[in-house]
Amino acid sequence: MIRTPLRPLARILEARRNGENPDAIERENIRLRHEDMRDRSRLRAEGRLLLLSVAFFGVFSVVGVRMGMLAASEPTEPRASAAGARIVAQRADILDRKGRILATNLETYALYAQPPHMIDHRRAATELARIFPDLEEEDLLEDFTGKRKFLWIRKKISPEQRQAVHDIGEPGLLFGAREMRLYPNGKIAAHILGGASFGREGVSAAEVVGVAGIEKKYDDRLRDPAMASQPLELSLDLTVQAAAEQVLYGGMKLMNAKGATAILMDVHTGEVISLVSLPDFDPNDRPRPATKGFAADSPLFNRAVQGVYELGSTFKIFTTAQALELGLVNPNTMVDTKGPLRWGKHRIRDFHNYGKELSVTDVIVKSSNIGTARIAQMIGVGRQKEFLQSLGMFEATPLEIVEASGGRPLLPPKWSELSTMTISYGHGMSATPLHLASAYATIANGGTKVEPTLLKQAGPQYGPRVMSEATAARSRAMLRAVVTEGTASFGEVEGYQVAGKTGTADKPKEMGGGYYDDKVIATFASMFPAHDPKFVLVVTLDEPVETSGDKPRRTAGWTAVPVAAEMIRRVAPLLGLRPQIEPAMMTGITLTSN
Amino acid sequence: MTEMVYGTVPVQQGEPVLPKWWRTIDKWTMSCILMLFGVGMLLGLAASPPLAEKNGFEYFHYVKRQFAFGTIALTVMMVISMMSPVLVRRLAVLGFLGAFIALLGLPFLGTDFGKGAVRWYSLGFASVQPSEFLKPGFVVVAAWMMAASQDINGPPGRSWSFVLAVLIVGILALQPDFGQASLVLFAWGVMYFVAGAPITLLATLAGMVALAGSFAYSASEHFARRIDGFLSPDVDPRTQLGYATNAIQEGGFFGVGVGEGQVKWSLPDAHTDFIIAVAAEEYGLILVLFIIALYMIVSVRSMLRLMRERDPFIRLAGTGLAAMFGVQAVINMGVAVRLLPAKGMTLPFVSYGGSSVIASGIAVGMLLAFTRSRAQGEIGDILRGRAR
Repeated sequence: MIRTPLRPLARILEARRNGENPDAIERENIRLRHEDMRDRSRLRAEGRLLLLSVAFFGVFSVVGVRMGMLAASEPTEPRASAAGARIVAQRADILDRKGRILATNLETYALYAQPPHMIDHRRAATELARIFPDLEEEDLLEDFTGKRKFLWIRKKISPEQRQAVHDIGEPGLLFGAREMRLYPNGKIAAHILGGASFGREGVSAAEVVGVAGIEKKYDDRLRDPAMASQPLELSLDLTVQAAAEQVLYGGMKLMNAKGATAILMDVHTGEVISLVSLPDFDPNDRPRPATKGFAADSPLFNRAVQGVYELGSTFKIFTTAQALELGLVNPNTMVDTKGPLRWGKHRIRDFHNYGKELSVTDVIVKSSNIGTARIAQMIGVGRQKEFLQSLGMFEATPLEIVEASGGRPLLPPKWSELSTMTISYGHGMSATPLHLASAYATIANGGTKVEPTLLKQAGPQYGPRVMSEATAARSRAMLRAVVTEGTASFGEVEGYQVAGKTGTADKPKEMGGGYYDDKVIATFASMFPAHDPKFVLVVTLDEPVETSGDKPRRTAGWTAVPVAAEMIRRVAPLLGLRPQIEPAMMTGITLTSN
Repeated sequence: MTEMVYGTVPVQQGEPVLPKWWRTIDKWTMSCILMLFGVGMLLGLAASPPLAEKNGFEYFHYVKRQFAFGTIALTVMMVISMMSPVLVRRLAVLGFLGAFIALLGLPFLGTDFGKGAVRWYSLGFASVQPSEFLKPGFVVVAAWMMAASQDINGPPGRSWSFVLAVLIVGILALQPDFGQASLVLFAWGVMYFVAGAPITLLATLAGMVALAGSFAYSASEHFARRIDGFLSPDVDPRTQLGYATNAIQEGGFFGVGVGEGQVKWSLPDAHTDFIIAVAAEEYGLILVLFIIALYMIVSVRSMLRLMRERDPFIRLAGTGLAAMFGVQAVINMGVAVRLLPAKGMTLPFVSYGGSSVIASGIAVGMLLAFTRSRAQGEIGDILRGRAR
């Protein structure tokens, strides 16, 4: 950098020579330099002021544009006037088929605290601990005096508790309006309804979300504000459901069973009129999922749709129906029942020895495993699989509760001829009682497939045809004979002509490795009235044992059948069925001595 | 001889005051200020009745008070705008000293009106906020110091003004009044920028401001709550911000109608800090854009006029006043549209408040005095052949 000196020697010397004051040169130079500096400073300031003006213009424009964007958008925040306003019912009610309430909403309040607004923290803590004995005064005081600006104290409080909190007179204790889900019938239909709990929570409202059952399956539909005024109508009949639960509970206790399930289904429409699984729970106070033990022992477990069991001899009717349909046999065809039937290392035995041969009807009536296996051999592997698949036995049931998808049937990994023979009498393949009910509904309604549903239907289902009307009618005649002269003789209910098939299957050990010999699943699959079935009823008892005789009896004929008969006796009049008294035998000519 | 005996015939030096004032004043800025005052009265009619009702006064009590204060403010503004820059500087320095002493006396004699910060003197019939008067005085003093540093053998005025700014910011932050503190700091920063600050230093300064902000966030609960409310608007929908945003959305382009607004009933600061929300709700985007345009014209036009100014003091003081005026409006409106965190900042001339409107009148009066057209020595440039 080249410095310009303030006192350039040449000029100073010249000034001295001329007798002038050399300081004037310095002052002149300083003045010039200062003027130059001011000019530069002014130019720089000009540029910077321009920059500043542009910046201010930009900032004001941003504010203006933002104002415009806000003004153009729709208001989303709750309006000031909405504070404290009632929140409308946000979740649709659930009704039974006759319009009786199964689930509805109750207005309540949540209690929260805003410690910054509190006046007397200690008194508030003391009083709250007095009103809610499970709250600790010290914990509350710690929360109130700490850094928190907001805390929930109670999610739901009763009107009395609310008044008591009001009486504290503490401005930092506030209430938020809440809706809670209420199941006024308590345990009735618990497994179907499932339950609900709070989802996202705000100060003035909280979401109620379904956690199980139909509440979860139709959560979106029930929460849709556009459909809030339209209740969800179920196919259930509250009266029938209540009666069925009562009878089944009594039956379960009498038969010393640890669990039980009953499904009553309309054979034409597929509507499930009642579905009971015991033990059950109260959806108003849904228990926590079990963390130990088997899930199947939890009250939350829905045996009807989640319980996958080997259903035993109830499957035999499918084998004979298919054989009839294929024209392989007719009801009177004699089938070899000489036992035991050996297949490789495997032996198939009957409960009793039924002699050398039985007619097809008698194979069903007496429940011969050997006879059924022989018929299955005639049908063959491929055709049996096809038939069972057409009955819906390979897929989870489409019932409208979330748990239904968990009830997938267990099929043999390799479907050999031996599998065909055991599956023909209900072993080696597991399905839910609901699968069985819908398959029996096919036989009952004349041979068309029916899918079970929980929603009220306007008319019958017209599913694909699985078997001819004639086959269905002959099968029904056989099932009727099971009750009149076979294993289900306790199932006769005067006037309602019950037809059905028993099934007793040994329970497989939970940890694998064969079967228990003293634990069974006893099932009675029935339909009534036999000449024109309207309903199918499946009753399954888990580990029943009937001890009135000298030996404990576990077969379905002694356990499940009487329970089902009692249930039909109770429920059939509620369903609007008239008892039909079969005409008495015509009196013949009686010779009497006179 | 006659003259020696009787004195000279009185000869008017230059033009008479009023014609000169009218010729040289920036009429655009002055019209905008008058219109802002009119808008303020209009909005006061809408926004203050709820407050009057709450405090048990008759319906337009606050409107009348505001009109009285506004008249005083406009008179003061006119009078100051007629003064010469030198006179303005002298009075402003005296006013600054007075306001500074008043500010120091606040902790002993002030009141907080239950708002959590001691910022006011209660005079019975009105309350005075010294920091409002301090701001224009500070701008003039700081500009004087910076300008003096550019003179031959001048004092290190930039450093002095910086020390003064830090001192005032410290006092204001202790009240706490971070809004005014940041305004003072901002005004000083703008003046320093125009006075020729090195760019690297400005960047460092910006970083330090960010640090100070984060410290204030962690140290002051009052401050932290407002920032939290800004960062997560969903925490509590009943904050002032939530209502203000909602009001702007409700208003749309043409407003819900005069007197139909709701937000003034739910916002405690509807007549001061959130008056723009009242404007947006009742009169719509139209009036809001008009208000924004007025503020923009005042600040940007003043700066453009100051570009031609050759006197460093006038240039710096005018810049500081214009920037402070503009940024106060920007912050107030930016809060209402959620561009900025909630900050107690009045909208000059529009918000209700005696100190606020009179202090704004003083500040704008000075600004008008500084932006008056005056000879800039261009002729001299031309004569010396330095014209551009």
